[in-house]
Amino acid sequence: MAVDTPIPKTKNAAGASATPTPRKVVRPSSIILKITMAVSGILLVLFLYVHMIGNLKIFLGGTDFDHYAHWLRDLGTPLLPHMWYLWIQRGVLTLAVLAHIYTAAVLTIRAKKARPVKYAHRPKVQGSYAARTMRWGGVIVLLFIIFHILDLTTGTVNPVGDHEHPYANVVADFAPDRWYVTLFYALAIVAVGFHLWHGIFSAARTLGQQTEKGQRRAKTIAAVLSAVLVVGYLSVPFSVMVGLVD
Amino acid sequence: MDIQVRVWRQSGPADRGRMVGYDVKDISPDASFLEMIDVLNEKLILDGDDPIAFDHDCREGICGACSMVINGVAHGPEKATTTCQLHMRHFKDGDVIDVEPWRAAAFPVIKDLVVDRSAFDQIIQAGGYISAPTGTAPDAHATPVPKKDADAAFEAATCIGCGACVAACPNGSSMLFTAAKVTHLGLMPQGQPERDSRVIDMLQAQDDAGFGGCTNMGECAEVCPKGIPLSLIGRLNSDYRKAIAKS
Repeated sequence: MAVDTPIPKTKNAAGASATPTPRKVVRPSSIILKITMAVSGILLVLFLYVHMIGNLKIFLGGTDFDHYAHWLRDLGTPLLPHMWYLWIQRGVLTLAVLAHIYTAAVLTIRAKKARPVKYAHRPKVQGSYAARTMRWGGVIVLLFIIFHILDLTTGTVNPVGDHEHPYANVVADFAPDRWYVTLFYALAIVAVGFHLWHGIFSAARTLGQQTEKGQRRAKTIAAVLSAVLVVGYLSVPFSVMVGLVD
Repeated sequence: MDIQVRVWRQSGPADRGRMVGYDVKDISPDASFLEMIDVLNEKLILDGDDPIAFDHDCREGICGACSMVINGVAHGPEKATTTCQLHMRHFKDGDVIDVEPWRAAAFPVIKDLVVDRSAFDQIIQAGGYISAPTGTAPDAHATPVPKKDADAAFEAATCIGCGACVAACPNGSSMLFTAAKVTHLGLMPQGQPERDSRVIDMLQAQDDAGFGGCTNMGECAEVCPKGIPLSLIGRLNSDYRKAIAKS
């Protein structure tokens, strides 16, 4: 590629020099979008870890679990009024989810536009399964989050749906005759695991991880963090199913 | 050896284009992939057909002109090898080989396998240079450079700008190319004065040219004939973030 040969720029430059057209709407750069995605994703991973630790309280029994759930509503009191902390956290998480989805959508649209004509012969891309399924995996996770909130937060689709007794809700939720709920839950958790396997590494890279050694380390950390989450989250429905928790 | 190639034929930018099959007989396993196309083109010309247009120049693997996606892989099946350095012995007798141009909105097809890669020139023009005073060239050792930095900069500088990274990227992103240029210049003392404006302007030019964003899948590094590592994209991201924070 000849760098020193002045190559007449195509449409952009020609148009700009002839008539000084006003600069088109400033689009966020691809790296700004990526950084937004990485930061919102990290917030969501932190939440997933805290949420998982809370879930594991179910192994301490119904009283402990319900007590923990009630404590969440009073977190921050007396500085914050009852339920305030919870609503602030819900607001921040919703913003993070929206930012994550928005940046994903913009980047996906740009990526589709960047290759208008497909390859006739395209073998499976060499990237990992996790990396290839980020977009659809993300959609599945979103659908699950909606179901999950209706199920165990609002209780709308939960057979018990008792706000005062979350332990009973969980046990009823994963009852053997509701195997399809348990199955969907398990699949969604595995989808989250795959999403984070690539996502955590990708976030590290986006935020500047740049050595070969660091890349191996980041990939290992991503795999371990995702695996721990999957095991932690799946342990609850599994225990209810086999009767360890009832 | 006898093979069949199915080649993308497109008479011009306005043509829709299609894959066309050709039988190529009696090709030496020691012929390069481009020589195989040359043989096919001679036959096409003798038959009164239009020869297949393709980019090539040095045929030594150092210029970055050749650009073919062979069986879905930019520069074909051999790692760290340009199309011109790929030999027919890596294929089997009777193989059917699909040959397509780089596919990207920013690399429009001019004819057959030839694409317009001036989008890369626009990225370079946006900041892929250092400003140096004219006059006598300074002594090569006038500015000391740590060996580690010199080696890393040289590794990045081996990028020949062929565009395979874009062709392979599922997002049609040129991030590896831009990262190589930003790293190459940003590691050298001579590249420091323009380090921040360089990364901002080159990324802007890349986005404006219609390349996609990076999802860190690593396809680009897999096909790069010069083995530019994926980790350089982390350096680009980091340099960009710091430059934006300062601007």
